[in-house]
Amino acid sequence: MSIVAAVDGISPRDLPSASEAGPAPKRIVVAFGFWIFLLSDIVMFSALFAAYAVLVHATAGGPNGDALFNQTSAAIETACLLISSYACGLMTLSVGARNRPAIYLWAAVTFALGACFLGLELHEFAGMIARGATPQHSAFLSAFFTLIGCHGLHVTAGLIWLVVMMVQVAVLDLRASVERRLLCFALFWHALDIIWVWLFTVVYLMGVRP
Amino acid sequence: MSLLGKLTWSAVPFDQPIVMGASAGMVLGIGFVLSWITLKGYWPYLWRAWITSVDHKRIGVMYCVLGLLMLLRGFSDAIMMRAQQAVAAGGAQGYLPPEHFDQIFSAHGTIMIFFVAMPLVIGLMNFAVPLQLGIRDMAFPTLNSVALWLTASGILLTNMSLVIGEFAKTGWVAYPPLSELQFSPGVGVDYYLWSLQIAGIGTLMTGINFVTTILKTRAPGMGYMRMPVFCWTALASNLMIVAVFPILTATFAMLLLDRYLGFHFFSVDAGGNAMMYVNLFWTWGHPEVYILVLPAFGIYSEVSATFSGKPLFGYRSMVAATMVICVLSMMVWLHHFFTMGASASVNAIFGIASMIIAVPTGVKVFNWLFTMYGGRIRFEVPVLWTIGFMVTFVLGGLTGVLLAIPPVDWQVHNSVFLIAHFHHVIIPGVVFGAFAGCIYWFPKAFGFTLDERWGRRAFWCWFIGFHVAFMPLYAVGLMGMTRRLQHYDIASWQPWLQLAAVGVAIILAGITCHVIQLVVSIRNRQQLLALGDPWNGRTLEWSTTSPPPAWNFAILPHVTELDAFWEAKVRKQANPNQPVQAREYRAIEVPKNSPIGFINAFFAVVIGFALIWHIWWMAAFGLAGAFVTFLAFAFRNKDEGEIPADRIANFERRYQAEVVL
Repeated sequence: MSIVAAVDGISPRDLPSASEAGPAPKRIVVAFGFWIFLLSDIVMFSALFAAYAVLVHATAGGPNGDALFNQTSAAIETACLLISSYACGLMTLSVGARNRPAIYLWAAVTFALGACFLGLELHEFAGMIARGATPQHSAFLSAFFTLIGCHGLHVTAGLIWLVVMMVQVAVLDLRASVERRLLCFALFWHALDIIWVWLFTVVYLMGVRP
Repeated sequence: MSLLGKLTWSAVPFDQPIVMGASAGMVLGIGFVLSWITLKGYWPYLWRAWITSVDHKRIGVMYCVLGLLMLLRGFSDAIMMRAQQAVAAGGAQGYLPPEHFDQIFSAHGTIMIFFVAMPLVIGLMNFAVPLQLGIRDMAFPTLNSVALWLTASGILLTNMSLVIGEFAKTGWVAYPPLSELQFSPGVGVDYYLWSLQIAGIGTLMTGINFVTTILKTRAPGMGYMRMPVFCWTALASNLMIVAVFPILTATFAMLLLDRYLGFHFFSVDAGGNAMMYVNLFWTWGHPEVYILVLPAFGIYSEVSATFSGKPLFGYRSMVAATMVICVLSMMVWLHHFFTMGASASVNAIFGIASMIIAVPTGVKVFNWLFTMYGGRIRFEVPVLWTIGFMVTFVLGGLTGVLLAIPPVDWQVHNSVFLIAHFHHVIIPGVVFGAFAGCIYWFPKAFGFTLDERWGRRAFWCWFIGFHVAFMPLYAVGLMGMTRRLQHYDIASWQPWLQLAAVGVAIILAGITCHVIQLVVSIRNRQQLLALGDPWNGRTLEWSTTSPPPAWNFAILPHVTELDAFWEAKVRKQANPNQPVQAREYRAIEVPKNSPIGFINAFFAVVIGFALIWHIWWMAAFGLAGAFVTFLAFAFRNKDEGEIPADRIANFERRYQAEVVL
């Protein structure tokens, strides 16, 4: 039990309501704190979304989304990320079952699909840059590369985090702190999906009009 | 490309005697303190008890020390500006060249908001909130230490700009296009941006930590409507930190991309939109005002209830007003730039929203007045600051209501009338509150009270000095003087500005009184000794020893009502012969000290400095170092230690007189 989870000498049953139940267990405190972080991260993305919405027509005579975006590629990226999230969910279940081979397996699937997503995104970026559609070209492209790139950076950080977590599972075993971190990783990975669904809608679907 | 990027010897301004003098003073001062610590052999103690501490009380004290030190720096800037404007009239140019004057007013605003007001407010919350909630530490103690040291990194970088290179000349808001590379090619804006990015990450961590602590780890029995008002205001403030600091981070990131990689978010060409920066900046900036002022309101509430010997009047309306301000504060940002050219209806909506904020604020003022009404008021120094605040802040708020009327704002925007207004709310609102809080909780932190005589002198100097310094600015603002003038031609402004300079001199006397107060109090600490509850307090922090032990409470208090400690004292008085229940002590787990915050801050400074000067290898080294530090922390084997039950029992026996609950 940690410092905040210690309710000395009082049984939780003697307390009338949840708000009076005393310090929550550490697992809840950590997950709640991480949720607050994720909300702050979503606020940061909302600022980037706002910038994108303001600048989407500021193409400075250069190409717009219609000319640049490949919806098929974006759909495959979406599929990779969503299935990766499903694999991550299975990993969480394996953690609950303390089934280590399954944890490694689903972590590997999560990682591979996340890496595919990132590879496709970088390929898309490289193609655009090769056609002269660089972020330095127009305010629209600046906003596009920043918004999508920021999500990509998050995915990259997530992949590194996943590798570190697998080493932790191997070295530190499934102790309480490692389990909490795996829980936070799963929250993070799913939150990236939520943001991507918005990105896909706002950038790739609304940006290309038939 | 050179190994040191843009950094050369010409970065040190050898040709500017004022800058070199200030730099020499700063370097000598730091050198003196460091060598004094070394000579006295205090390093092991400092490292063990403070630098690596994850104890919320010590972290709170360190935040306050940072804030007070930077107050001296920010105030020296103020003295220089007032002195310059007092003399630079007619044909005179004063003693500060324009490029130096520009850096001074930019540094003054940046430092006062980010590195004085924020650390003071966060420090006081850190110290008091867990104690008031009746718990042993924050939800994430190590994160707390990391946040503190990131703030310190930002402060260090800002101060480095004095010696190496320059600071921004753009004003503390750094509006583009002026802050774009095209118009600010120097490193000043980069110092500004990287300092604030690094400190901003620390602030966000603080926000997450407090929201979690207040919502998830309160003592058993402490339902929301039993939380002290200071905890409510801290909750509102930190909810706003979580909601708006990421916007500032994103905005600064966009400006950095413009400056470093040639992006076009806010540039004048290729479709960039400079007004977008202004909008984004103030969607952070206006809530920031309330992030600072709400905890101060909480302090005033605690002080007025404690020293009137009465429960706070209208507790529920106070909570409601706090949360209404928390929400409304995010809906008024446009009143910072009515002149943008938005339509009349948009301006009207934001003008009305701004005036509506005066309603919950008015509720608070009346609650404080009714709390004091009919009470046995003890005019201790914190009460002086509280009354001084009420008188001053209401007037400052009224000029704010004036400015919320768009047509009026069009007349006086960007004038020193505006400068007078926001100093008129932020100095009584935040600085007076921080002083009241520091004096109020000082005996809890150190076990002795601050000298009262010098405290009164400091208050009166500040109170009088403030009015002498800022009332003339209203007048000269209405006469048409715009802000940030290095010199001016109109001779009739000069007497007003000379009067303002006199005001600053009186405030300087007030700050001197503070310093003397501290020295005198430390010298006379045996006479000023304070037990657990020197003010006859109402909330749980006064129920433990002064200073509290690392574990705060040997047994977590079980809260059954608002003002839990007061009620416990009343019960004890009504029933003095009730036998003392035998207390059963158990071992308490406390988080271990951790150097990660300090080491991480070292690498943060390396990264910031390297990016400012385009020293890419050094930035890579800093990033790698920070990552390795993080890994070392993540893989450490044991992060908690245990304090055995008999040690706690011994402590409790020794300080029996102080522990009332």
